[in-house]
Amino acid sequence: MSSEQHGPVADPNFDVDDPRNTRFDLVREGLRRDGMEIAYYEPAFPPGRKSKVEKRIERSIALLFVLAGLLAIGFVVAYIWWPWKYEVGANAAKYYTPILAATLGGSLVLLGFGVIAWAKKLLPHEVVIQDRHEGASPYEEQRLTGAAIMNIVDETGIRRRPILKAALALPAAGLGVAAVAPLVGALIKNPNEGHPLLKTGWHPENNGGRRVRLTRDDGTPIRPEEVSPGGQMTVFPGIPGGATNKWADSPVLLIHLRQEDADRLRASIAESQAKLEAGQKVARPVVDGMWQNFVAYSKICTHAGCPASLYEQQTNRLLCPCHQSQFLITEQAKPVFGPAHRKLPMLPLDVEDGFFVARSDFLEPIGPTYWERPVEISEQEATS
Amino acid sequence: MSPRKRRFEFARVPAQVGLGLDERLGAATVLRRTLNKVFPNHWSFLLGEIALYSFIILLLTGTFLALFFDPSMTEVVYDGSYTPLRGEMMSQAYATSLNLSFDVRGGLIMRQMHHWAALLFMASILVHMFRVFFTGAFRKPREMNWVVGVLLFWLGFLEGFAGYSLPDDALSGTGLRIATAIILSIPVVGTWVYTSLFGGEFPGTEILPRLYIVHVFLLPLLILGLITLHLALMVKQKHTQWPGPKATEHNVVGVRMVPGFAVKTTGFFLLIFGLVVLMGGLVQINPMWLFGPYKGEVVSAASQPDWYVMFLDGSTRLMPDWDLTIGPYTIPALFWPTVVLPGVLTMLAIFYPAIDRRIYKDYEAHHLLQRPRDVPARTGLGMMAISFWLVLTISGGNDIVAEKFDISLNAMTWAGRVGLLIVPPIAYWVTYRICLGLQQHDREVLAHGVETGIIKRLPDGRFVEVHQPLSDKPLEYTGTPVPKKMNKLGALGPAIRGFFFPIEKPAPPPAVTPVSPADAPRELEEAPPKQ
Repeated sequence: MSSEQHGPVADPNFDVDDPRNTRFDLVREGLRRDGMEIAYYEPAFPPGRKSKVEKRIERSIALLFVLAGLLAIGFVVAYIWWPWKYEVGANAAKYYTPILAATLGGSLVLLGFGVIAWAKKLLPHEVVIQDRHEGASPYEEQRLTGAAIMNIVDETGIRRRPILKAALALPAAGLGVAAVAPLVGALIKNPNEGHPLLKTGWHPENNGGRRVRLTRDDGTPIRPEEVSPGGQMTVFPGIPGGATNKWADSPVLLIHLRQEDADRLRASIAESQAKLEAGQKVARPVVDGMWQNFVAYSKICTHAGCPASLYEQQTNRLLCPCHQSQFLITEQAKPVFGPAHRKLPMLPLDVEDGFFVARSDFLEPIGPTYWERPVEISEQEATS
Repeated sequence: MSPRKRRFEFARVPAQVGLGLDERLGAATVLRRTLNKVFPNHWSFLLGEIALYSFIILLLTGTFLALFFDPSMTEVVYDGSYTPLRGEMMSQAYATSLNLSFDVRGGLIMRQMHHWAALLFMASILVHMFRVFFTGAFRKPREMNWVVGVLLFWLGFLEGFAGYSLPDDALSGTGLRIATAIILSIPVVGTWVYTSLFGGEFPGTEILPRLYIVHVFLLPLLILGLITLHLALMVKQKHTQWPGPKATEHNVVGVRMVPGFAVKTTGFFLLIFGLVVLMGGLVQINPMWLFGPYKGEVVSAASQPDWYVMFLDGSTRLMPDWDLTIGPYTIPALFWPTVVLPGVLTMLAIFYPAIDRRIYKDYEAHHLLQRPRDVPARTGLGMMAISFWLVLTISGGNDIVAEKFDISLNAMTWAGRVGLLIVPPIAYWVTYRICLGLQQHDREVLAHGVETGIIKRLPDGRFVEVHQPLSDKPLEYTGTPVPKKMNKLGALGPAIRGFFFPIEKPAPPPAVTPVSPADAPRELEEAPPKQ
């Protein structure tokens, strides 16, 4: 036991050319010189005539390899000759990917099993013990290396010549900043230029100063009679590319409220307005934002920006499927459950020449909250 | 010496090549030492290998995908083979992703293999971390490698998220939209970072090309570098090992790297590769053609990210709407569960080895692993962390749970909020008690012996079970496995091997049953570890 604590000892008189040494003796000696000792070694099968068991294992592994090879060939054949072009309907091409997987994956798995069986059944069972040297270097080594490093420091003369150290600080700082400057400088974009966070596609400036029409995703405008009471429709600003991702902040849900819901919403707006005039702290309602019984809310959730677009007609709620914030449309779309904190902004509606238009842009920034987000946008900013 | 023969002998070629190489490199010693390096054997040491092998598969399949994918966000009209989307406007990125699935021969299996391998990569990293944590393998001198591992987890997380965002389908666009909200939630600099990364407003046309170079070059390079460092440190510090016969703090007991370890691990790599290929072609993942291109107004219920992101989705869902207003400024509630929480979790993980040193007042280097039961407080903390993570992950899919089990969605959210606070302490307490119980049972066996299942009636009428003592001397508790069943002591013959018929004769039953007390300890000491 004590010999293990100190590790195996190499024989100083070992002669590698001594004919009495077997090759395994050389292996053992090589191990000893590297601090390893064979503690247990047993060939899987005795040398000489193969036993029935050994032959059986050999045959099983060979079978695995042959099957793996056949499947690999099968993969190549299928890859080249099986029809692969996608076509609608049930056809042979639908099996292309599964066949590739079954042949290639099967081949790899069988080969893997074969190789592992080889390792487990045919390689010798062994226990080898390797010396583990303690973590830290010997004290002398630490001293010598420490001295070498300190000597290098002194040789550079940096301690003797503080003026050089001070002077070097300047290019070090300069080049450090220079290294990141091109990346930062090229990427940086001022969020206050053009106010992308405050303006959407509904701003009249996108439409030559005229009020923007509400349109479907194909660009056709919408008449009030096209949305039945209780119905809703996703609408986009009627400007070039209004329904594309260029205006990803602009989709709006247009809802035709039933009479009693519309009355409730009007009451809610009036109540907020009254509270505001009484000096209470409430979010400013969009007065006259509705047109008859129609109301339009931004679809971009005020929590994380997903479209809050699952409309529960019975409860008058809008649900955002990403994090389950729920908004009550008869209460100016104020959040009633979930992580969202603010109501969905209301788009002030009007009808012009029989089609819906937005009276102005949103009167507060749409989408998620951020550090310097203004509480409201004046009507003037939202129209010109 | 006779002059060298010019005659060419084929059998001598390897030796000649070897000699020639050694004359030039002098590498014989290093080579022998490397081939002979000893690896300890235990199934739990394979978990890190799974991560390594899935990363290799990711590099191979990813390179293939990169040949056919174009991250451009230019709008094009789709005219590929997939008829339902033909004529639709979509980004070039989404169109080329569809082409990979429908118009590139074998592209679909490559794409799905890539995705499955990514999930496997993250899963194996996580399970590997559990192993390292619960066995105390992170202790001195391996704290650095633990930190490298934590960094690898987060790099893998970011890499996975970047890859998930690239196809520009409805799901990946929604994920990216949420990412913008998270960026915007950062106090003071949020809007600046947002417009700078996106080159203006979301989505713009810059973000995918930028994410692409991050996904195919920057992060893989970092991950590869850290994996190299991870392995180099492991080779330098040598592997930890379980306490057992002959294993001490000053040695490594196992098999030589070549052939034992190398052949087995090659087979293991082939198995993992085969599994990923099978899943890639037989199990559908991310059928992006069903989601359609990303549009700002499109989303569907049951939008879930990949599983390793779900815990952050869950934390976001559970967070109450606590926006914090400071004068004219706001810190959105979103900031806490998505930026602060992962930051805190990462720091806790990185500094855990130092915390553990203080808890156990243990500043020594260790190479022998601990059984989780022997460090109940640490095991309890680990289970606490896992249960915290599980509550968050389940909450990340709480809409699906609510739908499948017909539970109110709001009830699920509240259950998550409450569960997040009370489940981890319960998990800690239960784990702690289980650990003590397991320890106690080990001690009982050491003191009284193994239960034999033989019931004896005493003269006074009481029934007792006969115990087989392990030794006639008292045995010390050493934190190593203790035999709990009689056949572990050789009281029964080994199981008969062979599936359809015995491939070898069953061994004759042992001469003496049960074994004499004197035989048992020798058996325990001398038995080689099972291969």
